[in-house]
Amino acid sequence: MTSWIDIAALDDVPQRGARMIKTALGCVAVFRTAEDEVFALDNACPHRAGPLAEGIVHGKSVTCPLHNWVFSLETGEAQGADEGRVATYPARVESGRILLDRTFLQARSAA
Amino acid sequence: MTQKLIVIGAGMATGRMLEHLFDAGADYDVTLFNAEPRGNYNRIMLSPVLSGDKTYAEIVTHDDTWYAAQGVTCRFGERIATIDRAAKTATAQNGDVLPYDKLVFGTGSNPFMIPLPGHDLEGVIAYRDLEDTTRMMDLGPANKCVVIGGGLLGLEAAAGMAARGVDVTVVHIMGHLMERQLDEAAGYLLRRALIDKGITVKCAANSKEILGENGHVRALLLDDGTELPCDLLVMAVGIRPNVQLAQDTGLAVGKGIHVDDQMLTSDADVLAVGECVEHNGAIFGLVAPLYDQAKVAAQTLMGEQAQFVQKEISTKLKVTGCDLFSAGDFADGEGREDIVFRDPARGVYRRLVIENNIVLGAVMYGDTADSNWFFGLIRDKTDIADMRDTLIFGPAYQGGTPLDPLAAVAALPRDAEICGCNGICKGQIEDAIAAGASDLGAIKATTKASASCGTCTGLVEQVLAVTLGDDFVLPAAASICGCTDMTHEDVRRMIKSQRLTSMPAVWQECGWKTPDGCHVCRPALNFYLLADWPLEYRDDPQSRFINERKHANIQKDGTYSVVPRMWGGITTPDELRAIADAADKYMVPTVKVTGGQRIDLLGVKSEDLPDIWADLNAAGMVSGHAYSKGLRTVKTCVGTDHCRFGTQDSTGLGIQLEKELWGAWTPHKLKLGVSGCPRNCAEATCKDIGVICVDSGYQISIGGAAGMDVRETELLIQVPTEQEAINVIKAVTQLYRENAKYLDRIYKWMAKVGLDWIKERVAAEGDALVDRFELSQTIYRKDPWAEHVTQQAERYKPLANLSLEAAE
Ligand SMILES: Cc1cc2nc3c(=O)[nH]c(=O)nc-3n(C[C@H](O)[C@H](O)[C@H](O)COP(=O)(O)OP(=O)(O)OC[C@H]3O[C@@H](n4cnc5c(N)ncnc54)[C@H](O)[C@@H]3O)c2cc1C
Ligand code: SF4
Ligand code: FES
Repeated sequence: MTSWIDIAALDDVPQRGARMIKTALGCVAVFRTAEDEVFALDNACPHRAGPLAEGIVHGKSVTCPLHNWVFSLETGEAQGADEGRVATYPARVESGRILLDRTFLQARSAA
Repeated sequence: MTQKLIVIGAGMATGRMLEHLFDAGADYDVTLFNAEPRGNYNRIMLSPVLSGDKTYAEIVTHDDTWYAAQGVTCRFGERIATIDRAAKTATAQNGDVLPYDKLVFGTGSNPFMIPLPGHDLEGVIAYRDLEDTTRMMDLGPANKCVVIGGGLLGLEAAAGMAARGVDVTVVHIMGHLMERQLDEAAGYLLRRALIDKGITVKCAANSKEILGENGHVRALLLDDGTELPCDLLVMAVGIRPNVQLAQDTGLAVGKGIHVDDQMLTSDADVLAVGECVEHNGAIFGLVAPLYDQAKVAAQTLMGEQAQFVQKEISTKLKVTGCDLFSAGDFADGEGREDIVFRDPARGVYRRLVIENNIVLGAVMYGDTADSNWFFGLIRDKTDIADMRDTLIFGPAYQGGTPLDPLAAVAALPRDAEICGCNGICKGQIEDAIAAGASDLGAIKATTKASASCGTCTGLVEQVLAVTLGDDFVLPAAASICGCTDMTHEDVRRMIKSQRLTSMPAVWQECGWKTPDGCHVCRPALNFYLLADWPLEYRDDPQSRFINERKHANIQKDGTYSVVPRMWGGITTPDELRAIADAADKYMVPTVKVTGGQRIDLLGVKSEDLPDIWADLNAAGMVSGHAYSKGLRTVKTCVGTDHCRFGTQDSTGLGIQLEKELWGAWTPHKLKLGVSGCPRNCAEATCKDIGVICVDSGYQISIGGAAGMDVRETELLIQVPTEQEAINVIKAVTQLYRENAKYLDRIYKWMAKVGLDWIKERVAAEGDALVDRFELSQTIYRKDPWAEHVTQQAERYKPLANLSLEAAE
């Protein structure tokens, strides 16, 4: 069952940008694409824990700022020849507000 | 039940074996020991690391995450000391006793050190691991190095160091270089190419003694009495399988550890792979066969039937600008004939060794495009009787009429190796194309083919052309990235001639293949647009690398470093107090003086950035742009103010230059230096732009570097007054901004356009360039910190904090 919570206004996140939110189990990055879709992913890159919220967002991907691994915002999978995956969480936009799913965020395993 | 597997050595062979094992879903509890204090990396890429083309991080093949995901227990920096095969236990150096069900030896080889007198002096090293590579990289330009051994490894070591400005001499005992792979003629061409790179080559030179001083190497003494002074001596004369442990364990050992076709040693629970093994009398020194062994070993461990078969192997030299290929056997012999082709003007040489209409060996220098085809003939023992007349000209000339050169590539089998560095064969590239990769960038990204030394780039493009047909146009020059086929230069031209003043306009008019570019092209376009249209274009922070977006340097743990400007390197007690206070208040762990005479506060948390900047701003300081592709620092000496040699006020000029140039974005970082006299205490001649003050005025020189490349500046002009000096510097900076490719430092740009062209442009349109520079500065010379503190501080905070929420 989903339980959506209101996180912030869509405009609080720049287009082709991201912001980070803190949770008890670590940080989650909220991305906004040029098309105003939003995605929520773990903020730590599986390579060396680079902060994905600081990466360059292009198409539906983000490039990690530390060593340029590219991740799909939709699946969290590393693109190209790199291998790895970031956890993704349900996110959506409703009347200009960003909504995330609380149960999902809480169910995040610490592993 | 899960079985225990102990692997000794985290090398290229065992790394590949573990991959196969886990890919196949094997149920093993693996403990991996490695004498080196690190996990698996691509050893053959140490040469690009040495030459500066790669970093160590880029050649790591398995990282902590991978080991963790596979549940491998890593014991790096630890050796296995003894093994008890009866009890099936291995004892680590620290005394831990570990039981095993299966054990794999992958101990590689030991570099062979000639026992010359003095071989144990400090500064005598081999070329085998990262430590050796770092020793060579740390040598620094203008130092001297002698490399003993003119084989593959020695030459890569020499070329790598020469690329870093080290004065290198190669000493080789044989009459020509790489005698095991090349014949004399090819050896001669190679030698000439190395000499052109500034390397001294001495063949037929016998080393007699290594001379030392205070326990450190000083010179190499040859038989004929010649002394070659050196600060480092690298021995690259061969390797010996590392079999000591296996021998102590009582395994059957000859030159290497004896293994059968299943990679089993004389003990059925112990396997061995890699350079430490001996198979049917052969030992191995290149990765291709080791990868085959790794696969077989994994299958054996899975209980599957598999057999290791020795195959022909080929060699390439990973030295930029030396196109060299050798495969098979080319020794003289009864009944053997050669076909030789030479083109001295082009420096091309080819030789084939044939017996009974079968090609046994091939050597190629200068033009190796057809090497795969010849290698295929050797490996498949093709009968060449029908094409003997035209054989030497390559695949394009077979079958009477000249074939399309692409036909040769088309004819390659799927398992023909295309990229030697990464072991990628044609089939893998075809698969990547079938999965949607349609240009070189995409192939690199999805298969890593041509992503290493790059000698196979042409071949990869041909595979693309053959597979995609008309959809693929062989590119003339490298495009910016996978989003476009256009080069940087093309795009800059389009931006100017078509008046493209926004990023979407560029994407549209230049036919970008992605909706909004990528992390490679967007920062470049952002720079081009703001440099060309300072008034119309609005800077796009989302197309900037994080350092520029946040105006601080991101560090490896996600914290930032902050560097305030100190004009010309001058500061005051008040500024120092403010910096010290800020360091205390924000608990800055490290305060460091930078190479450019500024103070770096390292380890600041992202959220604290606006506050620490606000404090520094309040004390009158502004951003030092230490993160930017823009003006960083102007380093100065003390000049006439204090120095008895000073001819002009170098500090004052440095301050003025920094005040006029700061905030200007440039294609790459821009560093200046101003010295008060030719003693050059500010090291101005290795800066992008350097000024040496002399009695009669100011010598302005450009194109220095002291990073990955080390270069001395070249004189642009000498002018009599300070104001003229400032104007020339602004003009050349603007010319660089308007013309250079993004991420080219001045010296790279200068190598493309030529110093003479720069001189002409500065002379012809100096005033106009200065005007355009000034115009841009009216917009961009501002303190980004102040702006962010007042308008964007919110953005540095978390969007929301749910940590309490989740804890309920
Ligand atoms: C600079 C350089 C360039 C090269 N270039 C090429 C090239 O272009 N093409 C090519 O095909 N090949 C090249 N080679 C050769 C290639 O790297 C080797 O053939 C390959 O790495 C051998 O793999 P391996 O797994 O057998 O051993 P290695 O990769 O050497 O690994 C063996 C590991 O075992 C560890 N070890 C040893 N004893 C113990 C012990 N008792 N306990 C625990 N650990 C132990 C060692 O520390 C080492 O890390 C190059 C080699 C070098 C050094
Ligand atoms: S460069 Fe010349 S003027 Fe400047 S400090 Fe050195 S000696 Fe003095
Ligand atoms: S930490 Fe993300 S790519 Fe290295």
